[in-house]
Amino acid sequence: MKPLSVVVTSVCDIFAWFMIVFGVYVINNGHSTPGGGFQGGAIVATFLSFMLVAYGGSHFKRWVREGVYGLLEFVGLVAFFIFGCLGFPNSFFFNSLAIAYGATPISEWIPYCGTISLMNVAVGFEVVGALSIVVITMYESIHMVSTGEGMGGERGHDRFDR
Amino acid sequence: MSIQDHLPALIVMLPLLGAFLTPAVASLGKKIRNIFFVLFSFLILLVALSIGCAVFWGSPMVYVMGGDSFAIALPSGMSYPVRILFEIDAFGALLALCIAIASFAGALFSVAYMDKFSGWKKYLSLYFMLTAGALGMCVTGDLFNFFVFVEISSIASFGLVAFWRDKPEAIEASFKYMLVSQIAAMLLLIAIGTLYGKYNSVTMAALSSMMADGFLERVVLALVLCVLAFKCGAFPMHAWMPDAYAEAPTGVTCLLVTVSQASFYGLIRVCYSIFPKIAAGGVVGWILIVFGCMSMFFGVMMAVVQHEIKRLMGYHSISQVGYMLLALGVGLVAMSDQQNMIAYGFTAMKGGLFHAVNYSMYKALLFLCAGSLYYATGTRNLDKMGGLARNMPWTAGMFVIAAAAISGLPPFNGFVSKWMIYESSFAIHPILPTIAMITSVLTLASFAKVFQAAFLGPAKTGFVAVREAPGFMLAGMAVLTVATLLLTFFPGWFISNIFEKAAGALVDNASYVRAVMGGI
Repeated sequence: MKPLSVVVTSVCDIFAWFMIVFGVYVINNGHSTPGGGFQGGAIVATFLSFMLVAYGGSHFKRWVREGVYGLLEFVGLVAFFIFGCLGFPNSFFFNSLAIAYGATPISEWIPYCGTISLMNVAVGFEVVGALSIVVITMYESIHMVSTGEGMGGERGHDRFDR
Repeated sequence: MSIQDHLPALIVMLPLLGAFLTPAVASLGKKIRNIFFVLFSFLILLVALSIGCAVFWGSPMVYVMGGDSFAIALPSGMSYPVRILFEIDAFGALLALCIAIASFAGALFSVAYMDKFSGWKKYLSLYFMLTAGALGMCVTGDLFNFFVFVEISSIASFGLVAFWRDKPEAIEASFKYMLVSQIAAMLLLIAIGTLYGKYNSVTMAALSSMMADGFLERVVLALVLCVLAFKCGAFPMHAWMPDAYAEAPTGVTCLLVTVSQASFYGLIRVCYSIFPKIAAGGVVGWILIVFGCMSMFFGVMMAVVQHEIKRLMGYHSISQVGYMLLALGVGLVAMSDQQNMIAYGFTAMKGGLFHAVNYSMYKALLFLCAGSLYYATGTRNLDKMGGLARNMPWTAGMFVIAAAAISGLPPFNGFVSKWMIYESSFAIHPILPTIAMITSVLTLASFAKVFQAAFLGPAKTGFVAVREAPGFMLAGMAVLTVATLLLTFFPGWFISNIFEKAAGALVDNASYVRAVMGGI
């Protein structure tokens, strides 16, 4: 993929960062407004598509480290699981951190919804990682078809040599 | 907190945790990865066994996800449940146990079989996801949740079938499976959405207690029947099955066999527990019987002409699913009349469930034997193999046990379950056991061909130096062989202590509803 004009790259420089801020806002307010971990995560993940479309494949290849997104995914999934376990001994996924209606919270920064907002953050991490990897994999396939070689070196899984 | 109380959650949590932890563990080296894989699969098996013990010799387990208490399905003031429920009765526990055994055997087998391959992180994650999806289907008490688990297992299977992505056949098999599976999933979603629109609930027990006999309900039942018959590979919706089974790595094929059993579980659960008023009696029972007979006969006819060992076994899977559909169809036909139920219906159901368990064990074992042959020789073509019994005595021995069991030779377990099906289906029409017996004879012919072609005769050039499969692969096969032999030696104990209770749980719909809805 070739880079687009200077107009596109300049607009991308400004807006791509806003997308991240907006995505994080949607993730953080998922418990009280429309949206949540998945939706916010999808918005954040558009950052990578912006970069790919505006700056083209060669820049993209230089910037992107697939392991970072894999790590985000891993952290998100394990955190989600741990937040689910906080519900024990009542039940798995029980919202044990929720502040009951009428009770006074310790600080105004702690939301009433308990584990729900933490789970939104975990899902957000997971979705950012996963959707970014989807974009990277799709680009790799285009690259592989057009040049006949894989980006990461591995094309098929190695087979028995007979 | 007693762990016993949280077992229904644990059986889905453990494989999910395994899938989530895989990326980190797989980076720690081969040895730790293998220990993790086998240990986690064994833990899942232990949980399934504990659930089995608790349910077979106790009452159905209900677990409320995210509730103040795991045991209160109906909080005060509620007339039907609002949270996601897991409900495990003897039937669900039975199939969950089969899946856990196959998953453990497949894990042991994969440790050696996949050793020389890269891509372990993906393999392991998807393997655990597939196990989680299949186990979830058998333990959930919520119809939408069932759809979610169907999707989890489907998506994991797409990835695993296409694991060898440099192989065009694998990509084709996965794509074919994906295409038809997604259409089926959408139909299932429409059916569940329709029920939700009318009854405001997706909890199976609540739906069962409210279900009326109307046109809309019949349309929904027809959709669900088609979708789940497709997912368990019934003729004429079987096209994906031989391809997917043949192209998936063998450890996965072993698990896929039991995943199709989870769909069979869904089909039977829907007919017996959610729509008993509509399904009991003639039409639905006969539809299952016709599906069953066609699957049995055409499946085996297509298997006989195959030369590729895993495809041949894939077609046999279609044929074996036919026996179970026939048996449970006979049970449904008899269900409207108490006399018929006592005379032959209950025997048919016990036979069908016994056959489902037998099939999971010996068919998974047969696939592992086929994988072992492929590992040793590098080919799946039967015409190229020969004389391997001398070099691979353990594989040959275990293959004989599995082949005798699937062909229904006495005294093996396949004979007992098939006999119960012949006996009970004869009461409906003599043509049914006739078709079943012809199928059984053709199965025997087909496996005699496989045994002769692969193991007997002079050794083929190039295969003189072939060695027995590695220890881990033999261990995986041994787990399933032991299970098959236990079912062979103690059929009476299993029938009276397990299959009778599982069949009883299906017939006694009121207790399934009562476990969730209380006295309502």
